[in-house]
Amino acid sequence: MEAHKLVKMANEIATFFESDPDPAAVHEGIAGHIRRFWDPRMRRALLSHIDEQQGDGCKPSVLAAIAANRDNLTPA
Amino acid sequence: MYSVKEPDPGTPERKSSEQVTLEIDGRAVTVPAGTSVMRAASDAGVRVPKLCATDSLEAFGSCRLCLVQIEGRRGYPASCTTIVEPGMKVRTQSDPLAKLRRGVMEMYISDHPLDCLTCPTNGNCELQEQAGVVGLREVRYGFDGANHFKQAEKDTSNPYFDFDPAKCIACSRCVRACEEVQGTFALTLHGRGFESKIASGNTDFRSSECVSCGACVQACPTATLVEKSIVERGQPDHSVVTTCAYCGVGCSFRAEVKGSEVVRMVPDKDGRANHGHSCVKGRFAWGYATHKDRITKPMIRASIRDPWREVSWDEAIAHAASEFKRIQAKYGRGAVGGITSSRCTNEETYLVQKLVRAAFGNNNVDTCARVCHSPTGYGLKTTLGESAGTQDFDSVEYADVIVVIGANPTDAHPVFGSQMKRRLRAGARLIVIDPRGIDLVRSAHVEAAHHLQLRPGTNVAVVNALAHVIVTEGLHAESFVKDRCEQPAFDKWKAFISDPRHAPEVTEEVTGVPAAELRAAARLYATGGNAAIYYGLGVTEHSQGSTMVMGIANLAMLTGNIGRPGVGVNPLRGQNNVQGSCDMGSFPHELPGYRHVSDPAVRALFATAWGVAIDAEPGLRIPNMFDAAIDGSFRGLYVQGEDIAQSDPNTQHVTAALEALECLVVQDLFINETAKFAHVFLPGSSFLEKDGTFTNAERRISRVRKVTPPLAGKADWETTLALAEALGYPMHYDHPSQIMDEIARLTPTFTGVSYARLDQLGSIQWPCNETAPTGTPVMHIDGFVRGKGKFVITEYVATQERVTRRFPLILTTGRILSQYNVGAQTRRTANNTWHHEDRLEIHPHDAEHRGVKDGDWCKIVSRAGETVLRASISERMQPGVVYTTFHFPGSGANVITTENSDWATNCPEYKVTAVQVSPTGEPTSTWQRRFGEFSEQQDALLPQTDPPPR
Repeated sequence: MEAHKLVKMANEIATFFESDPDPAAVHEGIAGHIRRFWDPRMRRALLSHIDEQQGDGCKPSVLAAIAANRDNLTPA
Repeated sequence: MYSVKEPDPGTPERKSSEQVTLEIDGRAVTVPAGTSVMRAASDAGVRVPKLCATDSLEAFGSCRLCLVQIEGRRGYPASCTTIVEPGMKVRTQSDPLAKLRRGVMEMYISDHPLDCLTCPTNGNCELQEQAGVVGLREVRYGFDGANHFKQAEKDTSNPYFDFDPAKCIACSRCVRACEEVQGTFALTLHGRGFESKIASGNTDFRSSECVSCGACVQACPTATLVEKSIVERGQPDHSVVTTCAYCGVGCSFRAEVKGSEVVRMVPDKDGRANHGHSCVKGRFAWGYATHKDRITKPMIRASIRDPWREVSWDEAIAHAASEFKRIQAKYGRGAVGGITSSRCTNEETYLVQKLVRAAFGNNNVDTCARVCHSPTGYGLKTTLGESAGTQDFDSVEYADVIVVIGANPTDAHPVFGSQMKRRLRAGARLIVIDPRGIDLVRSAHVEAAHHLQLRPGTNVAVVNALAHVIVTEGLHAESFVKDRCEQPAFDKWKAFISDPRHAPEVTEEVTGVPAAELRAAARLYATGGNAAIYYGLGVTEHSQGSTMVMGIANLAMLTGNIGRPGVGVNPLRGQNNVQGSCDMGSFPHELPGYRHVSDPAVRALFATAWGVAIDAEPGLRIPNMFDAAIDGSFRGLYVQGEDIAQSDPNTQHVTAALEALECLVVQDLFINETAKFAHVFLPGSSFLEKDGTFTNAERRISRVRKVTPPLAGKADWETTLALAEALGYPMHYDHPSQIMDEIARLTPTFTGVSYARLDQLGSIQWPCNETAPTGTPVMHIDGFVRGKGKFVITEYVATQERVTRRFPLILTTGRILSQYNVGAQTRRTANNTWHHEDRLEIHPHDAEHRGVKDGDWCKIVSRAGETVLRASISERMQPGVVYTTFHFPGSGANVITTENSDWATNCPEYKVTAVQVSPTGEPTSTWQRRFGEFSEQQDALLPQTDPPPR
């Protein structure tokens, strides 16, 4: 999966949830959405991109959400 | 007229709590107050002769054949226009009445050709029948005087019906049908007395305002307006009630059949979605089902450059299964998937997703709702708790304010559009929110109170501004919100929406909607009585599609416009069964009934029923499948009845993905654009060739009944069964009713649904279960499905598809009345008469600035690609916005659209593409030339066979 597309999608999800004034809800919203709707290979590719490219292009809220929910987002 | 005989009580049904008892020919009868004497007589089993009356139209009282005598009254009142009164005593038969009626009939017949034996409606003509009823034995006036026999020429311009003025009795039923039923007002009764004649303006039918809905043909009591199919093939001998396979209105039709050949489709007056009305597609455009392009034999090939080879069903199925198994063995379980069809039945859709989940062992299943209403599913589930519209269509009859957002009902949902127009003519106020001046903004006897002509891509800013006005002006329904909605979420949302950045005076610069107009619309919506929102793809097909759906739900909850007739949130679903395909578990994250695959209890339910473990991980969505195909992790796809190569955005990306697949299995009626990339072709069956159910936009489940045998020998559900068995997962059903029984067992909202129950009730709106045994026309009455309604913060975020100096215009796409989606069906009918090519609509200012004249070839260039279309100069568009349809594959409309999509669902942003338009001398783009060559090559690879028998 092309990382730049996944980054774009994750950032757009983040933009929606960032309008919640509660930071915890923002992170939960981003991670929860990705967990509920992304096929494992997409999550795996995004996690690899974050690990290997230091999350290049990802919004800080995406990185924070993934860091806080890494286990839950990592496919079995 | 009604064809295979249906009772016609003559005037419409009246509903009243007050009952009136009267006596007709000595028989006591009790009817609702307001009922006509004619209809009451019909209820009492007494048939009063009639010609100008029919139960789809208000009484007119012109033919004077239905005269009766009423005790205590002078003269002979017309029974159609006389309303019942308590104790009334009516005589329908007497010597004076018989004499009067014969006299009237003599007049009619003296000006009517006596060619009954060669007339296309012989045996099914009301004039002929009534002449017999009144006992006409002579015509004293003869036939040598002035008459209409030779004066008027037959108008055969319409491709589907003829108009023969010589046979007209000037009863006005056609004129009234055009006005009352369709709302187009295309016909008039021109002249007086002997000069009276029906006119379609000053032109022929084809060139007139007529939309070919067929209402006039159906209303005509003679052969004046008659279907060409009846002229050519004669009268039907039986009929089968079934459901239309075009749009999400889901009209009920009587397929009228002669032998095994359909000769006419007549809208069913008992149909709950359409009440006896139809549009040009459902009524007339069914010829595609026997078109010569139908592929009726299975075919396989190793590569898309190879010729197709016709094979047996067994060989094709075995080959497809072996390929899928090979791919999974080599690349992994997740390397294959399927796409269900929103044109196929619920049962067929259910089977495809079951095949993917049980035989493929993954959740890589998706459906065309991905590219249309997936944001509706997400947005309404999040806010209200259920992924469906809240009302039935008839709810519009109780609406005082109608808001239409990003929808064009008169074109895309024409039968409901007519119902909406009837309500508007009766006084409901209309707000249209649309970049285009759609017909509803101003048409015959309909005018929007407010047209918020926003810039494409600014929906959320507009819906927020509407909510801002309602909240800050204190117009919201406080008690409804307090009782029915989550308070903390509302408080948070209220703080958000009250911010001055949402004020219409601020948003005006972004949206282009004048603040005063928006404020007035907000006030009308909040205070105008029952207010109902109807929306379409102009809401969902945006990068903020889901946000906008939630914004609409916020607005309805805010004003208490939910949970009763006349209000609600009403997505106008596009395809005939897109609601059903979503209900049936076609999304990669949901099992049937919108239950997430991560829920262990739900998985356990299906695992027990299906005898296999269910994958707990969500699968790939359609655009993800394309990306995964290009990166090599997705290699095999089973597509039932969908043309992703034409309908999905960024065509070149889609076709690159399809070319990358090792096995593409397409099950369809035709070699569509997707099938040109296929390795296995499994012939599909049309809606006329199988049993099943469709679920329309109002959650109405209606029966699809087999009218003719499948041309290729298998109904689609049987093909999926065969494939599943070859994959090693046999499913055991002898009839689609058994599939529905399984759906009912496993889906809480369907537990009360069965074919027996559908036959008994006619149709059922889900939820249908123990608490709602006859279904649920209006949802969320006492509480939301999720408990309390949830307000969601809907911040406006501008699309990334920005206009620049290089791409200064916004292209938006849509549909028109006579064609349907990718056109696979309608392009193979005479509907091409009205629309034979996609054109670019452009505002005169933009056209003049570029030196473009009406009819010129224009090059349209976007960041994704370019194509060439003819220009149509139109003031429907605002300056800066251009528009086209996507009904013809060679137009390449989706070559231009981009991969931008809704943040939540990946629904493509079809409605906003930055483009440049310039005149060109070349009628084709590079892509179009390549497309033409590829299509020619693919045509040459098809076996040369005889067309299927008609």
